[in-house]
Amino acid sequence: MTTFKLGRRALIAAVAAVGLAGPSFADEVVDSIHFLIPGGAGGGWDGTARGTGEALTKAGLVGTASYENMSGGGGGKAIGYLIENAESNHGTLMVNSTPIVIRSLTGVFPHNFRDLTLVSGTIGDYAAIVVGKDSPINSMADLLAAYDADPGATAIGGGSVPGGMDHLVAAMVMEAAGKDALGVKYIPYDAGGKAMAALLSGEIAALSTGFSEAVDLANAGEVKIIGVTADERVDAAPDAQTMKEQGIDTTFVNWRGFFAAPGLPEDKLAAYQDAIAKMYDTPEWEEVRARNGWVNIHNSGDDFSTFLEQQEQQISDLMKKLGFL
Amino acid sequence: MLEGLLIGLQTAFSIQNLLMVIAGCLIGTFIGMLPGLGPMSIIAIMIPVAISMGDPSAALILLAGVYYGAIFGGSTSSILLNAPGVAGTVASSFDGYPMARQGKAGKALTIAAIASFAGGTLGAILLMVFAPALSSVALLFHSAEYFALMVVGLSAIAAFAGSGQVAKAMIMTILGLIMATVGEGALFNLPRFTMGIMDLQSGFGFITLAMAMFALPEALFLVLKPKDLKGDDGEIKDLRITKDEAKAIAPVIGRQSVQGFFIGVLPGAGATIASFLGYAVERNIAPKQEQEEFGKGSIKGLAAPESANNAACTGSFVPLLTLGIPGSGTTAILLGALIALNVTPGPRLMVDEPQIFWAVIMSMFIGNLVLLILNLPLIPYIAKVLAVPRNFLIPFILFFTLMGAYIGQNNATELLILVGFGICATALKFADYPLAPLLIGFILGGMMEDNFARSMQLYDGIAFIWERPMTLGLLVIAVLLVLLPSYRARRARARAAGIADGD
Repeated sequence: MTTFKLGRRALIAAVAAVGLAGPSFADEVVDSIHFLIPGGAGGGWDGTARGTGEALTKAGLVGTASYENMSGGGGGKAIGYLIENAESNHGTLMVNSTPIVIRSLTGVFPHNFRDLTLVSGTIGDYAAIVVGKDSPINSMADLLAAYDADPGATAIGGGSVPGGMDHLVAAMVMEAAGKDALGVKYIPYDAGGKAMAALLSGEIAALSTGFSEAVDLANAGEVKIIGVTADERVDAAPDAQTMKEQGIDTTFVNWRGFFAAPGLPEDKLAAYQDAIAKMYDTPEWEEVRARNGWVNIHNSGDDFSTFLEQQEQQISDLMKKLGFL
Repeated sequence: MLEGLLIGLQTAFSIQNLLMVIAGCLIGTFIGMLPGLGPMSIIAIMIPVAISMGDPSAALILLAGVYYGAIFGGSTSSILLNAPGVAGTVASSFDGYPMARQGKAGKALTIAAIASFAGGTLGAILLMVFAPALSSVALLFHSAEYFALMVVGLSAIAAFAGSGQVAKAMIMTILGLIMATVGEGALFNLPRFTMGIMDLQSGFGFITLAMAMFALPEALFLVLKPKDLKGDDGEIKDLRITKDEAKAIAPVIGRQSVQGFFIGVLPGAGATIASFLGYAVERNIAPKQEQEEFGKGSIKGLAAPESANNAACTGSFVPLLTLGIPGSGTTAILLGALIALNVTPGPRLMVDEPQIFWAVIMSMFIGNLVLLILNLPLIPYIAKVLAVPRNFLIPFILFFTLMGAYIGQNNATELLILVGFGICATALKFADYPLAPLLIGFILGGMMEDNFARSMQLYDGIAFIWERPMTLGLLVIAVLLVLLPSYRARRARARAAGIADGD
């Protein structure tokens, strides 16, 4: 039933699947980019690649953009393809996100991000812990108190499998708050909507989810955001407290970005990075970004690799503790 | 409410919006007929068009038209080619396809159109009246109840018990459940049973398996057993339904519209469960001689899932509009579209933007009506597909079958899986094993496992079965649904053997 397992986050991104190339106005930096998407049409990767392609071509930074969906192996098939056919894929950019780090750690596929050329991290989303609007819990302190009182009845849900992103965030937060990450009862749901229903029906006490999704739900009056994994409060929800403010020293960003084939010539790499860097100032990008509720988190080249190494360290430490590695 | 109705009517009846409904229905119907393109993908395709219109009401009306059109179109391929493109129409092929094979394709399509129309319309009425009150019903079900509901859904296989194939049906169901476990598991993010093949990481695709179990063996069967072709050489008779038939299916449609609607309201159930349950329930309450007909071209067996799945689709709008929770993949996509149009569904929608809420409801009525008006005259022409000579039709079916499996994932491995399973399925078909239970097991298996695993975790064991009365009740119903037909069949056999049974 994988066909039907599309989370809300993925679907909001699907809305971005508009790929009409417009006339070019600015100076063209790259003739053409072929986007390789490791998942099917309509997912989060698909929306990111097509949205970025749309902004780049409409702004005239890139002449034409083409897209190829290559699903399979949780993204591993596309990574393997890019590595095996590196020579003929200098014109290809592959989109990926935090799961490339998680899945290479768990051995879902044999490669990791070091086997590829890192181009840029482009956007991101913080994580958030939310509770239902009628819940007696109003802050992380309340949640921790409820957890101390009855760990078994204070289950935290999320939209990913155990060991996946939402679980890791929940565990990371509890760990930073001085609790045993293994004691946290994490309940997985296959799509954002079902996890939401479980939260409102009282099956779970709190939900670990993406921040942009949490903001939509909070605006609809469905949930209260009790903690965000950002360094500082985010403009989209100025009332939502960060974890750090509440004395829980942890941050987490679910990034999305682009990779190229190994051995990509320096000048080509520089051109791609230049095109992406220039994209942030265009109104075309702002339109795509706003439509999808993405947060600009730009990490180019070395910054990107430092960031990924840090994240890999953070995640692998936690996964070892949780017994997934 | 009257005021709301008027606002809705006013919005929906502008010329622009009427054109939107008609365009949406047409696009939905024709694309929906292609197996492999279900409502979800068609809506995803249409969303950029809808968003570019800017007006949320018009956009939603267009999308609702596409949605209904796609559901209707989807049952067409189920009935004519035995190629269900969406899980919700699998049950429609159980009786729809046998009807088409008997030359009653026109009648089958007419029944499907009327049942869909009735299911959709009754669903919209229920939605209109009860939507605010139902938002709490949607939250009554926990994972434990969903698990029990899937078990009840599985009891639909009992429908195959009457023909003395209980054991075979059970084996096939279990095979289906086993196949559902391939891929990343619910409890752990590591691959299971993939034999190291990366393409199996996310499990078997529904479309691939549906085509392999239904459409491909059917086509191969026609090639391998050409003698069977006599008698159904494209002759189309019985286009209209008779008064008696209408009388027979009317209560079925009524019951299943209501039942389907309420199942659709639950965010974790949806049209697929609704159609299987509808089929199982109707078969169980049908008189004995009619029960024999189920699976062999019963009009009730076609009307039940068709009204149930349409009513369930309408029902899934309840959690979407009142809670902002998408109950199905399709409503999840619609939610994405709504958010992109700056409309936030949720408890405040009816208060803040009543014109949108009511325009959606009115567009459901108009969409269903337009669909019926557009499609009834077209049915004789659509049914003519079967009049195409076999040596052209079979390659045509094969083409659409293969395309359907490829189109969703753009993954050529799906084709190999499809052909491999298709050949196995053909062999099983020759050995007289029913293939539908396998697909039912496969469809429900994943959801069942997820909900079971969650309940086990929440209750630290299987205590949820007796600690939650609703779960226990549903499980008891499931047991009865399975045992009752076998018991009745045994009693009938006993009676036939001349043994007095007391009454």
